[in-house]
Amino acid sequence: MKEFALIFRLNNQTDFRPTPEQIQERMNWLAGIAAQNKLADKGNTLSNESAKTVYADNVVTDGPFTEIKEFVSGYVIVKTDTIEEAVELAKANPIFKIGGNIEVREIVQRK
Amino acid sequence: MAEIPEILPGLFRREYTKMTAVLCRHFGLKHIEIAEDIVSETFLKASETWPLQGVPENPTAWLYTVAKNKTKDYLKHTRIFETQVSPTLLRGPGQSEPAFDFSAETIADSQLAMIFAVCNPANSPESQISLALQILCGFSITEIADAFLSKPETIKKRLLRARANLRNDQFRLEPLHPTEVQTRLDVVLRTLYLLFNEGYFSKSGNALIRKDLCAEAMRLTHMLTENAVTNSRLVEALLALMCYQSSRFEARLDGHGQTILFEAQDQDMWDTELIDRGHYYLVNACSGSVVSKYHIEAGIAYWHTTPPGTQKWEHILHLYNQLIVIEYSAATALNRTFAFAKVYGHEAGLAEARKLGLENNTYYHSLLGYLYTPVSAEQAAEHYRRAIGLSQSPAEIRTLEYEYARLTGTTP
Repeated sequence: MKEFALIFRLNNQTDFRPTPEQIQERMNWLAGIAAQNKLADKGNTLSNESAKTVYADNVVTDGPFTEIKEFVSGYVIVKTDTIEEAVELAKANPIFKIGGNIEVREIVQRK
Repeated sequence: MAEIPEILPGLFRREYTKMTAVLCRHFGLKHIEIAEDIVSETFLKASETWPLQGVPENPTAWLYTVAKNKTKDYLKHTRIFETQVSPTLLRGPGQSEPAFDFSAETIADSQLAMIFAVCNPANSPESQISLALQILCGFSITEIADAFLSKPETIKKRLLRARANLRNDQFRLEPLHPTEVQTRLDVVLRTLYLLFNEGYFSKSGNALIRKDLCAEAMRLTHMLTENAVTNSRLVEALLALMCYQSSRFEARLDGHGQTILFEAQDQDMWDTELIDRGHYYLVNACSGSVVSKYHIEAGIAYWHTTPPGTQKWEHILHLYNQLIVIEYSAATALNRTFAFAKVYGHEAGLAEARKLGLENNTYYHSLLGYLYTPVSAEQAAEHYRRAIGLSQSPAEIRTLEYEYARLTGTTP
């Protein structure tokens, strides 16, 4: 069994507030993974208000690091045999309805 | 020969475990057998003398006095042994007077200490439950075997191993120390939770034993809430859960020990007094910031007591979602899927159920049978048939066969 981080990225809409229905849908998705005994860590949401980005030479900016107008909004860790299975789990996430995307990365344990 | 007085078996059941606990606290866990011998001899004496001389006015007091005297004799005897046979073992004087009593307070403290001693993490959960049933609840080996649907020899072996661990345990029975209580409380709660479930969801068709298991689990959990050192929000949440569940005990078993599905239960048979007690403990449990799996399960049980049409299934699904994320179990996964189907319909429920991959689980197939019923009678019957093939429980098989017959008009 391998572990994969599902990293959620949203478009740069920092005032985004999920509706109760969206929260419910996301919870159903997460619990559905847990119900298959494939949830390794329920992860966390990353704040986009209390956020700074640190660069070289003591340069600090407000807000999360954004690239092509996207920022990381949170992560979840799943356990599956293959990356394809992890991708299947990610496909059912409701984030796509609000224009987000999910990056799937295998976790490499540090020796 | 005169008959054994009718009162004796009931007294044995009630007093044996209490007296053993008090004596054991006195002698230490290492000598639990001495405590048990003295109590057994006390009951033997009662069964010999009561038929001839009549039952004493206060039978319990009689038992306590005899047990105390037997302890005194035992200590005197061992003192002679220790002073005359083995002088090196000589201890200080005043050893022959047992420094204990059988007051309500001592009994409660001793039993409480025994709960923590029995829940030794060195033993498997199954062993802990067997040991709890024997030492705390006074169950016979046959009764324990019946509750587990196992052979008495299996239970006997399990108990022997568990008792060896108990004797070697360094756990101090007196006084019950807050830090030691905290380190074991999780294990204690899990054991009581499993003990209750063993009764509530038991495979055993013996309704009397099942009821006893639940009642004993509740009695012991209640004891934990009565003592400031052992009570906590988690204990209260667990007791709330037990109160809600057992409020439906009568309604969910028919005359033949067959389980009646939730929707078909006669709600007038729900015990409102127990539901009220559940409310009381749930409110207490929720007055802190702790949320445990017992809180969530008590919450689910609470919503089950409410009438339909109050978005109850939305609430139940929400709680199951939280529960499954905290701790995976096949049972939680299946119950969550049932709630999911209640909210989003059978088709959506089926899609969710098929992901679970619990092909060798009876409840998985009975859930699929239930979900398929309005969709495809053929598929539904097939899953009920597979559930019947996997089930170990006669009562459960009867329930499943009934569903199968309803769909197909034949027996599997």
